[in-house]
Amino acid sequence: MSTLKRAIFTASLCLAMTAGAASGETPNFGKPIDEASIAPWDISILPDGTGLPKGSGTPAQGAPIFAEKCSGCHGENGKGGEAAALVSDKELIGINAAQKTIRNFWPYSTTVFDFIRRAMPFQMPHTLADDEVYALTAYILAGNKLIGPNDTMDAQTLPKVKMPFRDNFILRFPDRI
Amino acid sequence: MSKRRDMRGEALEAAAGNGLIDRRALLGGGAMIAGAIGVGLGSSAAAGAEPLTEEPWSLEFGDRTTPYQVPSKFEAKVVRTLSNPKHEMRNSHSRTPHHMLEGTTTPNGLHFTINHGGIPSIDPDKHKLVIHGLVKRPLEFTLETLSRYPMTTRAAFVECGGNSAPMFSPEPLQETVQALHGLASCAEWTGVKLSTLLEETGVDPRAKWLIAEGADSPRVSRSVPMKKALDDAMIVLYQNGERLMPGNGYPMRLLLPGYEGNMNVKFLRRLKLVEQPAFSMYESRTYAPILPSGKAYRFYFLQEVKSFITFPSHGHSLKGPGLYEISGIAYSGTGRIEKVMVSADGGQSWAQAALQGPVLSKAFTRFRLPWRWDGGPATLLSRAWDESGEVQPTRAEFIVARGQLEKPPPVLGFNNQHYNSITCWGVGSNGEVKHVYA
Ligand code: HEC
Repeated sequence: MSTLKRAIFTASLCLAMTAGAASGETPNFGKPIDEASIAPWDISILPDGTGLPKGSGTPAQGAPIFAEKCSGCHGENGKGGEAAALVSDKELIGINAAQKTIRNFWPYSTTVFDFIRRAMPFQMPHTLADDEVYALTAYILAGNKLIGPNDTMDAQTLPKVKMPFRDNFILRFPDRI
Repeated sequence: MSKRRDMRGEALEAAAGNGLIDRRALLGGGAMIAGAIGVGLGSSAAAGAEPLTEEPWSLEFGDRTTPYQVPSKFEAKVVRTLSNPKHEMRNSHSRTPHHMLEGTTTPNGLHFTINHGGIPSIDPDKHKLVIHGLVKRPLEFTLETLSRYPMTTRAAFVECGGNSAPMFSPEPLQETVQALHGLASCAEWTGVKLSTLLEETGVDPRAKWLIAEGADSPRVSRSVPMKKALDDAMIVLYQNGERLMPGNGYPMRLLLPGYEGNMNVKFLRRLKLVEQPAFSMYESRTYAPILPSGKAYRFYFLQEVKSFITFPSHGHSLKGPGLYEISGIAYSGTGRIEKVMVSADGGQSWAQAALQGPVLSKAFTRFRLPWRWDGGPATLLSRAWDESGEVQPTRAEFIVARGQLEKPPPVLGFNNQHYNSITCWGVGSNGEVKHVYA
């Protein structure tokens, strides 16, 4: 076969194969499952508050939980210990990423709830009730003066907290999104 | 430039200053180089060899054959370095010893890992992957069902977004290529194209992102644009022909060729299609580099074109003047490596290195160049170009755009992200190799 003929032959073979796949010939070994059955695993939260669970908490409710379950690693009142400071008034100077804190860098308050619920306390995550996660989030946000000392955090109030650094991000490669 | 003649009388070009020899000399083999250059390895050993004798291992019944073989005991120092050897309650990094490896495939035991909550011990028969959210039909897959899908195999490098962070130091840290660039590795991955599974679930046109989540205790989670998911994303089950290593995501992980390591979610158990990114901790904070302007990049994704010389590099020492082969690794998240240039005089003159084929997209490419070291000081560096026209920036260019730290960071500190500029090695007259900035 000439190179050209071979190229055309290969091209038509490829076309035939893609057409086969497109007409539903993938293996279909996936088992259908409904969202209710996935719910125990679905802990995704979006910055607009989508996915936030029921429940609520205040800084005052969070303080004793923090002292008991978090301060061992994150220090008294979250000022930093073996693990990062969660309450801090340090500003960013220069490019060193070690200075990033919730207050001076994190763009959305929903990430605080999300990360505590999925990953903390480090040695036994997934042991906190949603009310406790709201209370710890409120405690950390209040310590950083991002909410008032008596504010309640829940699915409605948390996404409304304005994080100071939010508008300082630049998309690196916008055309890849 | 001086011209010498090889044994067939053809011109053998000195390709650039301070001893770099044309890469085509490699193709003709050692005899041609030795003949042309005169001061080859052979001639430095001109004193002549001792008469041959028998060693004990040639006279006795050797060691047993084991079911799963491990490297020779004489290679015991070729191991990963650990950031958390005592397994304390924090994350753990392990780095690939590039200065002791060759070729382009990282052996599975030496592939770099970063684990945030230890390595989960997952029973493959109980592991599940669900795809849900903005799909027509949420589906659950097991390792057994996924293993029955048509498989795809490809080479791909995986690099942590924080690899090469010590290069942000204002002074060159005297560290090996393992410490500087060891959070990158390359393997042959086998698995199922994510687009095949998404064809089965159906995709709601409103879906712009998917949130990938692992089954490890901190449920490491990242948002991935659907564009990438439908392009070359895979659910991988095998690493260099065997099942994934536990630290690399056993029994299944997401592979996003060319995208920062952390997005290639390991122990993958859930993919949720959504309209907006989740702003998980890692994308909000860790992998969002601060810029000298005081702003920060968001959604960096790409591991950009990069290269570094692995031999000679810090920790090696050259045993006298003569012929050496400079060897290194180049790779790019935006395609195939097109060209690597090497300098032995700190960037004053450059010669094009030979690329070991096949040169694959988003995979390690080995480059090599013969070099006759005259025993004087030499500054070796490499610079890579890829097929999409991207060029590895010089250090000066990089620092203007991305800044530099005021003080040297802790080498394991991981303080900055996405460094892809040039690495220089200074060879001293004593043969010792130092990390330098040129
Ligand atoms: C055993 C030590 C330990 C305990 C206890 C602990 N943490 Fe953490 N925490 C860590 C480590 C380690 C990290 C870094 C995780 C990573 O980067 O993967 C972290 C990270 C965090 C972060 C992200 C901080 C940042 O700026 O990067 C938050 C928020 C947090 N922890 C909240 C909590 C809360 C709330 C509790 C109590 C319920 C808690 N932690 C208990 C060790 C601990």
